[in-house]
Amino acid sequence: MEVGRKMANMLGTEHDLNFKETELCLGLPGGIAVVAAGNETESSSSPKINGKRGFSETVDLKLNLQSKESTMDLNKNLDDNGSKEKSGSAKDPAKPPAKAQVVGWPPVRSYRKNIMANQKNSSEESGNSGAALVKVSMDGAPYLRKVDLKMYKSYQELSDALAKMFSSFTMGNYGPQGMIDFMNESKLMDLLNSSDYVPSYEDKDGDWMLVGDVPWQMFVDSCKRLRIMKGSEAIGLAPRAMEKCKSRA
Amino acid sequence: MAEQMSDDDERQQSPPSDLDFTSNKARTCIVTGSVSGHTEFQSLYPDQVLENVLENVLHFLTSRRDRNSASLVCKSWYRVEALTRSELFIGNCYAVSPARATARFTRVRALHLKGRPRFADFNLMPPDWGAHFNPWVLAFAKACPWLEKVYLKRMSVTDDDLATLAESFLGFKELVLVCCDGFGTSGLAIFISKCRQLKVLDLIESEVSDDETDWISCFPEGESHLESLIFDCVECPINFEALERLVARSPSLKKLRLNRYVSIGQLYRLMVQAPQLTHLGTGSFSPSEVAGQGDQEPDYVTTFAACKSLVCLSGFREIIPDYLPAIYPICANLTSLNFSYANITAEQLKPIISNCHKLQVFWVLDSICDEGLKAVAATCKELRELRVFPVDAREDSDGPVSEVGFQAISEGCRKLQSILYFCQRMTNAAVIAMSRNCPDLVVFRLCIMGRHRPDHVTGEPMDDGFGAIVMNCKKLTRLAVSGLLTDKAFDYIGRYGKLVRTLSVAFAGDSDMALKYVLEGCPQLQKLEIRDSPFGDAALCSGLHHYYNMRFLWMSSCRLTHQGCQQIARAMPRLVVEVIRSADEEEVYDRVQTLYMYRSLEGPRNDAPKFVTIL
Repeated sequence: MEVGRKMANMLGTEHDLNFKETELCLGLPGGIAVVAAGNETESSSSPKINGKRGFSETVDLKLNLQSKESTMDLNKNLDDNGSKEKSGSAKDPAKPPAKAQVVGWPPVRSYRKNIMANQKNSSEESGNSGAALVKVSMDGAPYLRKVDLKMYKSYQELSDALAKMFSSFTMGNYGPQGMIDFMNESKLMDLLNSSDYVPSYEDKDGDWMLVGDVPWQMFVDSCKRLRIMKGSEAIGLAPRAMEKCKSRA
Repeated sequence: MAEQMSDDDERQQSPPSDLDFTSNKARTCIVTGSVSGHTEFQSLYPDQVLENVLENVLHFLTSRRDRNSASLVCKSWYRVEALTRSELFIGNCYAVSPARATARFTRVRALHLKGRPRFADFNLMPPDWGAHFNPWVLAFAKACPWLEKVYLKRMSVTDDDLATLAESFLGFKELVLVCCDGFGTSGLAIFISKCRQLKVLDLIESEVSDDETDWISCFPEGESHLESLIFDCVECPINFEALERLVARSPSLKKLRLNRYVSIGQLYRLMVQAPQLTHLGTGSFSPSEVAGQGDQEPDYVTTFAACKSLVCLSGFREIIPDYLPAIYPICANLTSLNFSYANITAEQLKPIISNCHKLQVFWVLDSICDEGLKAVAATCKELRELRVFPVDAREDSDGPVSEVGFQAISEGCRKLQSILYFCQRMTNAAVIAMSRNCPDLVVFRLCIMGRHRPDHVTGEPMDDGFGAIVMNCKKLTRLAVSGLLTDKAFDYIGRYGKLVRTLSVAFAGDSDMALKYVLEGCPQLQKLEIRDSPFGDAALCSGLHHYYNMRFLWMSSCRLTHQGCQQIARAMPRLVVEVIRSADEEEVYDRVQTLYMYRSLEGPRNDAPKFVTIL
């Protein structure tokens, strides 16, 4: 355990535990006796160590405290315990260095820590916490676009965004949800026979599907790229869509 | 939840009666006025009657504390109490040997053992320190074959031990392992296949090694007596079809907590089979990867609604928040909800919690922020226990919860009895407010994650806050302190914490006085665990009058020396004084890294590893 080794080393080399330069203020910040540093914004240092300070003093001292805490390490434990007088040391309030993590602190069981770490890892792997950028192509458009599916919470929002990107991509016969209405066989056939555009996507398995079938989150997880094609071209996808329609009816 | 069985539910254990047992002659009870009562032969009949009466009466005595007291009355009562004690609780497995325990208590049905000290959970001790179940199972197998229940916490259990358990105790019914390790799925398989009467198998926060054995399939065929099956800590996939069949043939099953390898679709199938469940751990609460696109989603809402007895909900190990609405129907019935593995926001929490009017126990992650806590405070007026865990358990991480949420809880949940709160910032004012608003507090554990962090508004130490807690919460038995604390805080604890039994201290105090205040001031102190605080040998000596009344004392990274510890060991022969080195520390320096000492009737244990020195 690193902590133990560190402490042990200290003890092996020095008996006089007088680490003044690393000694840090434990008492109330008003008790900075001697080493009033130039860096501190605090102008007056109160001679009373345990006295309470007014609020205005604390405001100035906030930064100081931060930096002190952040550089505090276990050396603090080796302070001379006889003296209650705490002298503060000048620390650069500007940039506190990152703390070394102490063994077993905060006291969260490794069981729980492991679970949270695993959750974080798997969500990073599947891109849940990052962006879900997918290419969007539209038939007839000169170049492709990219959208971050995580920016949207529903198919409606995605439709709106795509409409903005590709001005000829209109809502058309999409119905109130902005999605293809699979329940209505005739509507679907109308759509696919028209020259209106229809969004389709390639999923994890490499299949091209009509957008709107699965719950939103599932779509985000499985969509690899989007293609906005003419309804008449989407007819190739339609048999699958038609089957689904029939099975739901 | 079984997690609720914390140390604070225990009644105080009086010192082992063997230590205090004095000559019995003066105290033998003789009912009749027989003249020569000194020979047992003459007074046999009245004694026998008395003992029969006593036996019948003592059967009703369930409290450990009362039983310990009763056993001290006289030899006769000692004997009868020992015969009638059916539940044996041993708070430190090294305080008494298996032989002694089985010699005294011959008719034990339930054994409850605790092993490692709690700080071992935080990697403050090398593994393989001890606390082996093996000698216990062997001793009990020989002496108490009618043992039915075993409850172990922080012990090492091997596969062989599990086999012995199943083979030696024919009527074995309940096994509960909390924070245990040393066994795997193959051990489970053997245990399950041989335990025909098994009612309860609860594995809680234990480490189970994956031997790739299909243990679920090992439950015997035919109707099962299973009432509780908890395996949410088992980190390996399970045979779902076998589980489904098991649930289908377990009509008494009330508690089922699944591991994260069970998808929400599978959960649905299980719930359909078991609408009588009272405790449910949902597993992953997300769909499996192989979700058929376009497959109709099962009607989760109706299924949850059908579980009218559901009062305790946990799991959500890989939650997809979209599915949360499924639990709406049962919120109003819930008394216990564990979201502590669900990284959800306040917005996602609100629709749930606003219906949880009966909630008494709530575990949650700090991802819900102060806003989420406010929502809890607004609805959960019956809340007794709250635990807020950090998503990011590091000292310098962002703190989504603060004194704001803390104070809101204190104002909304007046019946609060137990709180565990991890945060990055806190104020004395908020803690003082809680001490006033929640006078019923029994357990107060506040962890300000940054070491030595003062009140973040005033910059002062947190002395006054914790002082108020011990002053105003008159029922307080368990306290964990944190933040910047001077000796003053400990003065308060010693002065006002008269019922405190468990105290946890880390990175606190200025001098030996702090520890002295506590050791001299807290007569009920049983368990004291301290790390990284400036307390030395003088402070240690100030507790000599009290150590036999305590279960244990843990001090790591303090200022103890070998001489100091040696002194204690010499002064107190019934105390086992262990000095534990970290595993890679080769040389022996004067400073003691870790001291763990406990009262014991047995003297130094014979299974101590190399890194432990017993003084």
